[in-house]
Order: sequence, then C-alpha cells, then structure tokens
Amino acid sequence: MDLTLQVWRQDGPTTSGRFETYAAPGISEDMSFLEMLDVVNERLAADGKEPITFDHDCREGICGTCSLMINGKAHGPERGTATCQLHMRKFNDGDTIVIEPWRATAFPIIKDLMVDRSAFDRIVEAGGYITVAAGSAPDANLIPVPKPVADAAMDAAACIGCGACVAACPNSAAQLFTSAKVAHLNLLPQGQSERYARTEAMVDTMEQYFGSCTNHGECQEACPKEIPIDFIATMNKDYLRAKLKNRRYLSRTP
Amino acid sequence: MASTTVARAATSRPAPQKPKRRAPLPIELYRSAVGKKYVMAITGIALMGFVFFHMLGNLKMYLGPGHFNEYAEWLRTLLVPFLPRTTTLWLMRIGLIVAFALHIHAAYSLTRMNHAARNTKYQGRRDYVAANYASRTMRWSGIIVGLFIVWHLFDLSWTGTGYTFVRGAVYENVDGSLSRIPVGILYVVANIALGFHLFHGAWSLFQSMGWNNPRFNRWRRDFAAIFAAIIVVGNVSFPLAVMAGVVGVG
Ligand code: FES
Repeated sequence: MDLTLQVWRQDGPTTSGRFETYAAPGISEDMSFLEMLDVVNERLAADGKEPITFDHDCREGICGTCSLMINGKAHGPERGTATCQLHMRKFNDGDTIVIEPWRATAFPIIKDLMVDRSAFDRIVEAGGYITVAAGSAPDANLIPVPKPVADAAMDAAACIGCGACVAACPNSAAQLFTSAKVAHLNLLPQGQSERYARTEAMVDTMEQYFGSCTNHGECQEACPKEIPIDFIATMNKDYLRAKLKNRRYLSRTP
Repeated sequence: MASTTVARAATSRPAPQKPKRRAPLPIELYRSAVGKKYVMAITGIALMGFVFFHMLGNLKMYLGPGHFNEYAEWLRTLLVPFLPRTTTLWLMRIGLIVAFALHIHAAYSLTRMNHAARNTKYQGRRDYVAANYASRTMRWSGIIVGLFIVWHLFDLSWTGTGYTFVRGAVYENVDGSLSRIPVGILYVVANIALGFHLFHGAWSLFQSMGWNNPRFNRWRRDFAAIFAAIIVVGNVSFPLAVMAGVVGVG
C-alpha cells in the first residue's frame, strides 16, 4: 500500500506544532498501525530526520498506552480496537491519513503525538482502590458475587485508561473512564464500604481537570474496550447518594 | 521513556486541595458539574411539562375563539375559591422562571468548563460517530429558543408586536400576529429548534438523573424522539393554521 500521512509534529510542551506530510510507500496491509509508523520512523532516521514520537507499550491492546487520533477518530476507524491492534488493511491504497494527538487541557502534549495522561492517575489516587486488611489470601468464592454483577464489574474493569473517551468527547469529559474505575469497585462486595466516599472523591477530582458530560455518547464508540455509558448513569446516581448519605463521615474537610 | 525526562505541564501535578466549607446539600450538589447536570435534568423535566401542556392547551384554538379565550380565563381562575384569582398561575410562572434561570445558568457554567477543558481544538477534521446534530447544537438551539421566548412574550402577552394587540383577547391576538407571514415563519423555525433541543434533552436527562435500566433503556431514545415530534407537530401547526386561514377571525 502507498499512503500519505499528515502527522502532528510538535517539539515540546510549550512550542507550537504543525501538520507535516510524509509519503509512506510500500506498507504491508498486515502491519499494525504502529508498525506502519515504525517503518516511517526508520526511514526518517535513515534520512537523518527526527522520528515521530508516539506512545506505545504492550502492542496487544491491554496497556492503554497507544493513543492516536486517526482521521478524526480516537484509535481510528475500527470499533473496539486500540491503535496498536488496528491493521493497515482497514485503509485503502492511496489513502491520506491524518494523525493527531489527544487534545485536552488535562492531557498536555509532551512531544509530537505523545501526551501526558497523569490527570487520570490523580483520579484513581482519589479513590480507585479498596482499603483492606491484607491478610493471607481468602478461600476462593468465600464472598458470593452474582454472575451478572461479576460480569458487569469485569466489563468496567476492562478499562485500560488510554484516554480515548476524553479525546473523543466534544467536551473533553472523563466520565467514561471515571465511571468505569468507580463501577468495577462499587459493583463488588469488597468495594461497598468506601462506595460513596470513593464516588464523591473521584468525581470531584475528575471535575478539576476535565469537562462535563452532555451525553453525546461519543466515548463509548471510541472506547477500545467498548465500555458502555451505562456506567456513567450509575456513577451519577452514586454521586447523588454520596451527597445525601451520611455526610458527616463522608466529609473530607474537618 | 522520553516522558520521564520532559518537563510536565502544570495540569499533571496533584490538584490543589481547595479548603471548602461544606454547604447545604442543594448548594453542595450544584457546585459540582454532575450536580449541575442533575439541575439541568430536573429543570428540563419541569420545562418539558410546561411545553407539553402549553401545546395541549393551545390546541383549543381549533375549537374557535369562544373555547380558546375561555381556556385562557380558566388558567387565571385556577383554584379560585381557595386562592385569589391568578395566584395559581403566578405560582406556576414563578416556578417556570426559576427553572429557566437555573437551566440557563447551569448550561452557561458547564459550557465554560467544557471550553476550558480543551484549550487547543483538534486541528484536523473530527469524524463523529454518536454525537448527532441535535446534541452538538444544544447551546445554539437553546439560545434560539430562549430569545424566541422573550419575543413570544412580548408578542402575545405583554405588548404585541405591531398588530392591534388587545390584552386578554387571546384568539384575536394569535390571529393578528401569526397571520403575518414572516412572523409565522419565525414561529415555525423556533419550534423546530425547540424540537432539536428536546430530542437530545429528553434522552440526555435519563443519563444525567442516573435512570438507566436494561428494562427500559431501549425506550429512552424513542421517548425523546416521540416527545420532540409531538411538540413540534403541535406547535408548528398553529402558525400554519393561522397563515392558512383555518384559525382566524376571518
Ligand atoms: S500499546 Fe498497549 S494498548 Fe496499544
């Protein structure tokens, strides 16, 4: 395949960037999108030019490090697929592909296509854990969990934290990420004791960085793990309950 | 990797913990964006109720001037033996004004927040999958409807807009105003904008309120579409009927 790439190049967090056009001839359709970029980068390096910086790690769709806006869609045209799992056969010979980094104030660009997503870490730090007495491992199935609940929690836990939901959202809201991180704990018995404090803390932290949800539904289309926006509704409900319930104990200020 | 050696921007540092005193529940809730969405949904439901009964009541104009003006008078005398004339009407009006004010203020501050959340827009063209025309133009359809309501109040409630306005002669005023073709078209356009606003809003409120259940989830979109369609068909029929001469003093 012969492709033309329009790639966002930006030297650093504070410099202004621009699109640059690269010819990418002789691309195999069996390559992944990142392998295609590897080929382009090798050629750039051989020409003595600066290769394109992009994030990647596992390359098997489980780490959430890859993050590219491909032709105006987060992770490109294929539903439920991270950039690293996107094959070049999804494109046509002669295509021009526009590649941009995630755009959100909370995700500042580090270089070229790489952004800093540590705002997500702040949200998880606020409550994305359970405080347990870490004794020895309990017997399996000691705490019964109904199968549909376990399945729903697993669906939420599938979130790899890539940030595609924020990138795709017209409001740069992080509701899908946060609601998934809230739900995979709030659904399970082990998560109950901190359920409302968690929801309140994580939502409040989220709102310091990201936009607000207006229910476009764009995030669930972009999500490589196809996490549904149903979790957002559940989070909203828990947030209201957190404000209603037992406020003395939930209050984070003295 | 490179990211460890590059200076990070300020937003990625731990958020400053603002020492906030705990406010009473409604204010506490309204401080958060999720809470503002609750307010938008609840006031939205109230306004949807108003819009629905406003349309339903106006259907009386098809029964002629007698019925229609009688209906307008009936609104003023609601609960009359128990409360003075127009009291109930005013209570409802105050409720509506509060709902409008909160709906607009929440929308305004959430819009500000959303703009701040993406300080550099995408430089390439976006390709939306789920976000539709209605959802992406909410603030414009909202502004159009808001401005239209002000005009509409001047036109048929307060002063009239250039035709012979008689206070209380509701049927004659509707005929006098809407039989002017440009005004009739204005009413049609504004109500189509209202339809788009309702099409997204009436679905969106379910998510904002946390009303999500596999048993009824598939009806939520249908409800919004049907509700918007009923309002648009009803409301648009009035200017069309007046312009066509079906409704009018002749
Ligand atoms: S590189 Fe790990 S998910 Fe794509």
